[in-house]
Amino acid sequence: MDALNQLVGGFATALTPENLLYAVVGVLLGTAIGVLPGIGPAMTIALLLPLTRSLDVTGALIMFAGIYYGGMYGGSTTSILLNTPGESASVVTAVEGNKMAKGGRAAQALATAAIGSFVAGTIATLLLAVLAPTVAEFAVEVSPADFFAIMLLAFIAVTSVLGSSRVRGLAALGLGLTIGLIGIDKTSGQQRLTFGIPEIADGIDVIVVAVGLFAVGEALWTAAHLRRKPIEVIPVGNPRMNREDWARSWKPWLRGTAIGFPFGAIPAGGAEIPTFLSYVTEKRLSKHPEEFGHGAIEGVAGPEATNNASAAGGLVPMLTLGIPTTATAAIMLAAIQSYGIEPGPQLFDKEPELVWGLIASLFIGNTVLLLLNLPLAPIWAKLLRIPRTYLYAGILFFSSLGAYAANANTFDLFLLAIIGALGFMMRRYGLPILPCIIGVILGPFAEQKLRQALQISNGHVSGLFEPVSVVVYCIVGLILLWPVVRRFLPRKAVPSVLEEATHEIEEAHHHHGLTSSVSVERHVGDEARRKPDPADPSGP
Amino acid sequence: MSSAAPGGTQEQGRSEYGVALFLAALGLLVVVQALLLPESRISRGPVGPGAVPIVVGSLLVLVAVFLALDVYRGGRGEPEGGEDVELSGGTDWRTVLMLAAAFVANALLIEPLGWPLSGAILFWGSAFALGSRHYVRDAAIALVLSFGSWYLFFFGLGKLLPVGILKGIL
Repeated sequence: MDALNQLVGGFATALTPENLLYAVVGVLLGTAIGVLPGIGPAMTIALLLPLTRSLDVTGALIMFAGIYYGGMYGGSTTSILLNTPGESASVVTAVEGNKMAKGGRAAQALATAAIGSFVAGTIATLLLAVLAPTVAEFAVEVSPADFFAIMLLAFIAVTSVLGSSRVRGLAALGLGLTIGLIGIDKTSGQQRLTFGIPEIADGIDVIVVAVGLFAVGEALWTAAHLRRKPIEVIPVGNPRMNREDWARSWKPWLRGTAIGFPFGAIPAGGAEIPTFLSYVTEKRLSKHPEEFGHGAIEGVAGPEATNNASAAGGLVPMLTLGIPTTATAAIMLAAIQSYGIEPGPQLFDKEPELVWGLIASLFIGNTVLLLLNLPLAPIWAKLLRIPRTYLYAGILFFSSLGAYAANANTFDLFLLAIIGALGFMMRRYGLPILPCIIGVILGPFAEQKLRQALQISNGHVSGLFEPVSVVVYCIVGLILLWPVVRRFLPRKAVPSVLEEATHEIEEAHHHHGLTSSVSVERHVGDEARRKPDPADPSGP
Repeated sequence: MSSAAPGGTQEQGRSEYGVALFLAALGLLVVVQALLLPESRISRGPVGPGAVPIVVGSLLVLVAVFLALDVYRGGRGEPEGGEDVELSGGTDWRTVLMLAAAFVANALLIEPLGWPLSGAILFWGSAFALGSRHYVRDAAIALVLSFGSWYLFFFGLGKLLPVGILKGIL
């Protein structure tokens, strides 16, 4: 098998002492930062981006692989011990895992999360290694018109997250697209929205946007509403599981992998819906359904595995098409682009060493994570006790450091403040951050493909409609018109598992208020429940 | 800000029209700017540099209208929650302003004073703004962090952060 040969080559790249060190440092840093309350994986990567800038591209990506998995695991630890989901994908972990921890089973919850993440991550990375080259081969044939359609689908899918207001999702997308427009237009050399300011002629550095939206915005928002009460962290020993825990965990791990990977791999997936699907599935299949809601181990094992599998799955569209579907993947994409490398179909041909080195590092990062984090869990738990004053002061400190170090320019610090203020406003009025960051990063790429497509067709709009893109546009239309379409469907058309997952998501949003918002579009004339849009299996 | 309870008071309802207004103004700005772009001599292809900004700007204006409608009909953007966040108390603008002051102080001072000092001011000021009153301990942590990060960037990453008045000492 060609892919396996390539993968062996990738291990040769990743296993040099230097690169191995980067992987270990990445895992340690990723976990240490990710475990801090309120810091999700996306913020972790954004804050650490400046550190990797001075490495060569292979080393940087290998470190990223470590940071990626470390940050995600750190997020699960926080969710379990502190009930603080850093991102929407770990909301379920917080629900069940924190109940387990409160019931004195924190060690088991951490263990099933760590081992489940390892199992799912390994299987999913293997699937990535096998699938990605094939997808890339297919993607070479994809025309600019089709690309544009797929990106449009990604835009619409991230704005139509369940349980939140779509008007506000679109508003966030529009803000992101606008930020993406700033700078010199590559095709014509015209300055757009720069107002003669030379510092932004090359556009706003993605580091500044990401750090501003995620870190500064979050720190300001939390500071404005800081809960001034002692922090309750649940004490934890070394993670361990007994025979019964193993017996109840391994099936959810595998099912979670099976649910998570495909959702991550379609260019409209994301990690929230599959984790909830996994939760509901486990609840139905469990022999102990009465424990759900009070700390059922299956409710941690399944969603955690799903989360990791969908993260690895999300690398398929990210590497082969250059289309990210989660905030974390979007920032990784930006990091790769900052080296002048354009992820896309040609990546596997042009940069085989880099891609396979990255994939091999995902395996290594995953293994290092398991080996380090089982014994280190009590230390990570101590990090949760960091005083909030220092935590948020530290976030502002490192945000400024990172934004300044990126270009050694004071102007970027003022930009960071402005974008931080934007992030504050978005949090206050329930505008989700994900569509905005996807708009910033994917917007310029989408414009380029659109103009290429129209160039090929000599300006005829018909050039945008090719067989693949027509199918994709139909899906986009279906998602947009879903509230209307739904009324014409027979009641039973939506599988009840999906229905239940939808319900769970809305409940969780209600409790956690994660990037959600209420909108009248849900109350007027239609039931509150909608089917998860990207669940349409008819991907291109 | 006396009352900004999550998702529902009159006051937030009214201020949310401000968001719609902001989006509409931004959209108009984007459209106008695109229309004012001069004819390009090196432009290739039938779609000029102004087309996409016009679409994006119109999207913003359209979204602003729908958002205003949504707010009018009673829809509310729900403020983001979190374990460290208490939404019932209203916005603590004093803390936010003090944080902004510390942040801007760093931006203004980083080049004249150098990162080891301006960064320490940023950290100490932020900790103070957030309510820490251990002045000496905060200052010690701040200096360790800022000097430490300066040396980390210099020796670890080969990047020279501003030295400012400490030139020759570091």
